[in-house]
Amino acid sequence: MGAHHESSSTAPAILAEVNPTALPRAILVENNRSYSWITEKICGIIEGKTPTWWWVCFALACFVASFTVAGISYLVATGVGVWGHANPVNWAWDIVNFVFWIGIGHAGTLISAILCLLRQKWRTSINRAAEAMTIFAVVCAGIFPVFHVGRVWYAFYLFPIPNSNAIWQNFRSPLEWDVFAVSTYGTVSVLFWYVGLLPDLAILRDRFEAAGQRARSFIYGFFAMGWRGSNRHWSNYEMAYLVLAGISTPLVLSVHTIVSFDFAVSLLPGWHTTIFPPYFVAGAIFSGFGMVLTLMLPLRAVYGLQDLITQYHIDCMCKITLATGTIVGYAYGMEFFIAWYSANPNEGFAFVNRAFGHYAWAYWIMISCNVITPQFFWFKSVRHNTSLVWILSIFVNVGMWFERFVIIVTSLARDFLPSSWGYYSPSIVEIFTFFGTFGVFSVLFLLFIRFLPIMPMAELKAVTPQADVHGGEKH
Amino acid sequence: MPTSSYGLIATFETAPQIYQAAQKVRDAGYKNWDCITPFPVHGLDGAMGLGRSQVPRLSLVGGIIGFITGMTMIYWTGAVDYELIVGGKPYFSPMFAFPISYELTILFTAFATIGGMFFLNGLPMHYHPVLKYEHIKRGMDDTFFIVIEARDPRFNLANTKALLEQAGGKAITELEA
Repeated sequence: MGAHHESSSTAPAILAEVNPTALPRAILVENNRSYSWITEKICGIIEGKTPTWWWVCFALACFVASFTVAGISYLVATGVGVWGHANPVNWAWDIVNFVFWIGIGHAGTLISAILCLLRQKWRTSINRAAEAMTIFAVVCAGIFPVFHVGRVWYAFYLFPIPNSNAIWQNFRSPLEWDVFAVSTYGTVSVLFWYVGLLPDLAILRDRFEAAGQRARSFIYGFFAMGWRGSNRHWSNYEMAYLVLAGISTPLVLSVHTIVSFDFAVSLLPGWHTTIFPPYFVAGAIFSGFGMVLTLMLPLRAVYGLQDLITQYHIDCMCKITLATGTIVGYAYGMEFFIAWYSANPNEGFAFVNRAFGHYAWAYWIMISCNVITPQFFWFKSVRHNTSLVWILSIFVNVGMWFERFVIIVTSLARDFLPSSWGYYSPSIVEIFTFFGTFGVFSVLFLLFIRFLPIMPMAELKAVTPQADVHGGEKH
Repeated sequence: MPTSSYGLIATFETAPQIYQAAQKVRDAGYKNWDCITPFPVHGLDGAMGLGRSQVPRLSLVGGIIGFITGMTMIYWTGAVDYELIVGGKPYFSPMFAFPISYELTILFTAFATIGGMFFLNGLPMHYHPVLKYEHIKRGMDDTFFIVIEARDPRFNLANTKALLEQAGGKAITELEA
C-alpha cells in the first residue's frame, strides 16, 4: 500500500461527479519503443564505426579552432594592443564574445535544472546535449576575459591566492563577482552533467565488457564508480539530482545577473539601468535555445532520433524561444521608454544614438533578428518545418551576438564628453580569435557525440509508458 | 547457511511486477535487500519501505559552510589582513560581500550534494557480489532484479526462495559472496 493508494481513497467525493477532463499527455517516446531499443539506439552511436561525416566535420572544426590558437598566440607574443581596442572603447569584442558564449550556456542549465523543477518531462531527450553545450560554451567564454588581462600568466591574480604583493582582490567590483559566478557556474555544470552521466556510463561499461573491449570498459567503468542500478542508490541519486536542480536554478539566474552587473553597476549611459539583470537572463535563455535548436536538429536528422526528439519537443523549444524573444523585445522598448521618461539627456542621447547613430546598422540587425525572427514561431506550419526552424535559430544566434555588441560598443563609443568620442572596428586578430571559438566549440561537441551517450538513457526509459507501475491509472 | 553465499537474486520482466514484488518482500519484514532497476522506478522507494534520502542534510551543511567561507574570506582579506580604501567605501560590508558568498554557497552545496550522494551510496565500489551475476548486465538495460542478502536475520534459503517465487520472480539464483 503506497501513499498513492491512500490518497486516492481519500480523494474528495465530488471528483467522481464532476469527472474532470483527462488531458492527454504528450507522448515523449514515439512508436512504443522498448527499453532495450533505447539502449541500443543511444549506445549504438558510440559503439558503431566512426562515420565519415564525423571525420570531415572534425577536421573542419580543428581547422577553424586553429584560428583561435593563432589569434591568441599572436596576442600573447605581442601584447593586448593587437586588438582594436582604443579609448574610449576599451571593452569590445572580447566582452561581447564572453557574454555571447556565456548566454548560450544558459539554455543548457535552464533545460536541466529549471525544467526539471517544473516537471517538464520533455527535457529528458535534450538535456544531456544541452548540458554539454553549456560546458563547452563556458570554455569558449572563458578564453576572452582571461586573455584580455594581457599578461595571461598573471591570470591567477583573479583569484584570492596569496601573492608577493600581499594585496587582495577588490571584492566590491562586479568584475570580481563575475570571476566567482562564472567559475562556480562552470564547476557546477560539469558536476551536474557528470551525475546525469553516471548510470549511462555503467551501461557502456557493461556493454564494452560483453563485447570484449577491456580497455574501453575499464575507462567507462572507472567513471561509472561501480554503479549497479540499486534502488537504494537511485533514491539518493534522485534526491541529489533534485537538489542540484534546485541550486542550479538560482545559480543560472545569478550568473547572468552578475554578468549584467558588469555594465549596470557602472555610470555609463546605456549601461546604468536596473532592467539589465532580467533582460540579460531572458536574452541568455533566448540565445541558448537558439543554439540548442541549431545543434539538435542536425543531430536528430543524422542519427535518426525522430522517436526521441519528437515534433512535440521542437514545438516546446520554439515556444520558449518565442516567449523569451518577446521578453527581449519588450526590454528593448522599455529601455527607450525609460530613457525618455527619465528626462536624462545623456541617457536619451545614448538610445537615439544606438538606433540612428554610427552603429545603427548593428542595432537594426539586432532588432530584426531578435524581435522579428521569433514571431514566426507563433505559426504551427513554421514550427513543423524543421529546415525553417533551423534557419530561424541561426538568425537568433546572430541577433544575440549583435545585441551584446550594440550594448557594449555603442555606449562606450559615445560617452559623456564629445571630445573623447571614437569609432571602434575589430582588428584581424580579434576576428580570428572569435571565429576560431566556433571551431573550439565544435571540436568539443563532436568529441562528446562520439564518446558519450547524447541522451540520458535511464531518464528516457523512465518516461516511457511501460515504466508506469500503475499501468496509466491516475493517482 | 553457507558463508560463501551473498544471497538470492530473482528476475522480473516489467516495472509493475517489481513494484508488486517489492511490496511483498517489504511486508515479509526483510531489511537487507535491494532492487536493481535500469532507471529510477517511480514509487519503488515507498514499495521498498525506504525513508527519505539523507542527501539534503549534507547539502545544507555544505551551503552553510560555503556562505560562511565567502563572508569570512572577504572580511579577513579586506578588513583584517590588508586594509585598503577603495572609492571611500568601508573595509567590509555584507552587501558587497553577498554576491560572492552566494556563489560559494551554491558551489559548496553542489560539492556536498554529490560527495554526500557517493558517500551514502558507498560508491565508488567497483567490485560487488551483485555485479558478478551473469545476467546482471540486463539490469542496466531492461530487466529488474530483487536481491535478498543472506545476512538478513529473516533469510532462510528455502523460505526466501518461496517468497520470491510467490512474488513472481523468475530464475531465482544464489549469489556468490
